[in-house]
Amino acid sequence: MKNHKDNTVSTLGMWLFLLSEILLFGGLFIICSVYRYNHSRIFHLAAESLNRPLGALNTLILLTSSLTMALSIFFLKNRRSERSLFFLFLTIFLGLFFLSNKYFEWASKVHHGVYPNAPVLLERERGEVLFYGLYYSMTGLHGLHVLVGIGLLSVMFVSVLRGKIDHERILPLKNTGLYWHLVDIIWIFLFPLFYLIT
Amino acid sequence: MAGFYEDEGRLRGILGWIFSTDHKRIGLLYLFAILFFYAIGVLLGFLMRLELMAPGPTIMRPQTYNAIFTLHGVIMIFLFVIPGIPSIFGNFFLPIQIGATDVAFPRLNLLSWWIYMIGAVLAVLSLFTGGGPVDTGWTFYVPYSLRTSVNVPLAVFAVFILGFSSILTGINFVTTTHQLRAPGMTWFRLPLFVWAVYATAWIQVLVTPVIGITLLLTLMERLVGVGIFDPAKGGDPLLYQHLFWIYSHPAVYIMILPAMGVISEIIPVFARRTIFGYKAMAFSILAIAVVGSFVWGHHMFVSGQSDLASIIFSLLTFLVAVPSGVKVFNWVSTLYKGSIEVTPPLLFALTFIFLFSIGGLTGLFQGALATDVHLHDTYWVVGHFHYVIFGGTGFALFGALHYWFPKMFGRMYHKKIPYFAWALLFVGFNTLYFPMLILGWQGMPRRYFDYLPQFHSLQFVSTIGSWILIGGLILMFGNLIHSLFRGEKAEGNPWGGATLEWQIPSPPPKENFVETPQVERGPYEFR
Repeated sequence: MKNHKDNTVSTLGMWLFLLSEILLFGGLFIICSVYRYNHSRIFHLAAESLNRPLGALNTLILLTSSLTMALSIFFLKNRRSERSLFFLFLTIFLGLFFLSNKYFEWASKVHHGVYPNAPVLLERERGEVLFYGLYYSMTGLHGLHVLVGIGLLSVMFVSVLRGKIDHERILPLKNTGLYWHLVDIIWIFLFPLFYLIT
Repeated sequence: MAGFYEDEGRLRGILGWIFSTDHKRIGLLYLFAILFFYAIGVLLGFLMRLELMAPGPTIMRPQTYNAIFTLHGVIMIFLFVIPGIPSIFGNFFLPIQIGATDVAFPRLNLLSWWIYMIGAVLAVLSLFTGGGPVDTGWTFYVPYSLRTSVNVPLAVFAVFILGFSSILTGINFVTTTHQLRAPGMTWFRLPLFVWAVYATAWIQVLVTPVIGITLLLTLMERLVGVGIFDPAKGGDPLLYQHLFWIYSHPAVYIMILPAMGVISEIIPVFARRTIFGYKAMAFSILAIAVVGSFVWGHHMFVSGQSDLASIIFSLLTFLVAVPSGVKVFNWVSTLYKGSIEVTPPLLFALTFIFLFSIGGLTGLFQGALATDVHLHDTYWVVGHFHYVIFGGTGFALFGALHYWFPKMFGRMYHKKIPYFAWALLFVGFNTLYFPMLILGWQGMPRRYFDYLPQFHSLQFVSTIGSWILIGGLILMFGNLIHSLFRGEKAEGNPWGGATLEWQIPSPPPKENFVETPQVERGPYEFR
């Protein structure tokens, strides 16, 4: 009974935290929609220049990682910690894969002189400066969240390995899963916003 | 002192406090930290008033003055008023009032205090590093905050960190209120202080992230120049103002709602009557919290937002006056035919109603579109704000201190002195701030270092007021500090309160209750 109560308490706290995360990104989404409205043509042109296949691949990677995350929780619930560890490892791997793709995407943009405050960028139209300002801010903040997620997942991995987290004390893993799904969902909104809507 | 003071855990001495997860100890940690910063804020305000005593440079140069009014704002708002009542009294009394042994996440609670302290240290550090103290005003408005050479990045980062502390406290209090209520403690048996802190906690969770991202973007603007708020690169400064006030207006309700909760606790106890219209009180708290989150545009009537937006924001602003009026009406009705005992806490509570009413009514002048054009950015706004926040939240905090002092410390203060202190505070307060309303009406702009000769006499009167006010503060806190060591032992229930915190010894034992209380009546049913 006590344990059940603790679970509800901790899950509620986690959901509130996620709500505050959504509002953190919410501010950026508001700014993005205002500037898109003000500079719709230039946003359209700028979006064309982003690497769409790479973005799609990253979407696929994060979606898959959400599946592996859920599977990891599922197997730990069913007392199969080895499989759980395998899927946890896979999730971490996919997260790193996502970040490395992001790195190459950013690097190629930077290579072309498109980065905040870059002389090349500042000579272009205002809307494009804003588009890339938002692009770097939003994918950057999201990337930071992926990085934190990978850190959390690694802690979970060690904890499951050492038996500190098992089918009875599964809550930290579940909460990490919730966080990971949030990171995934935010990307699902970021991807069409920057790559698809033109 | 006994109770939770004596219970030594793993760590002893000061470490037993700064690493304690006991909500009562954390509440007291906040109390001392917050009052320390309050003292600094008062000192800065005193220096400002001294400078304004006569036209022209009196004791400082303009740049110093700009830094001081910024610092006064940042410290008072982010380090004193916003965390003030929820972090001190919310931490100490929310769990006890709902019959719980602690908050839902005690370790997170301790973390919040540490984050608060780190944010505070960074804010202080920003004074002595980089380009020196910030001179932007507490609002950090772009584009000036992007251009000025002073240490904006660190100050902005400090406020960002403080926001984290606020969010975590909010998450803790919402969860605690939902999950840890004692058997029989139904929603409509909650003390109104709990309702107020609960509603405040929701605002903290929902709007603090918005200023978080705004400040983060300002920081990025300074460090790498992303261009989102920089008009030179196509960014829109008005958007900054929107995002800033989406947080900072509800933040005003973070400041005032817990204060209203305190008043709703004090008045029934000293009128010996149940609160008039309990449900109306609870729902008006929620109404203020909800409607208050949609009025931010009234800070921007002259910033160039659309007329339609201004009209809607003005309407919503007037709407907030309705639940606020309900509360004032119900407090006064509670007193009607009550057996009133004018103790120091009640005196402060009554003063709250008086000063808050002036503050609230002067707010309506600014909420009206036409008059705001005249009043915007004048001393009127400064006067209004101080009537609401100092006259409201400040006096409620003094009331809360005098109300819960015997419970928190197990000692009673000298009961005569607070009346004298109150008289000084009341006279000083009105002498200090009422002239500001007139000055603003006459056209004195706020934040100015110098002024025209015709404003001299009222500015002078205002400065005299600041001296009287500070005299009152010294007398009041002097009495409380003295009583901390020399006061008589307090009983468990010196005021005859009916809420749960008065049913346990003073100071409370470590686990608050010997056995989980069974709640069978409302919070203001006196026997």
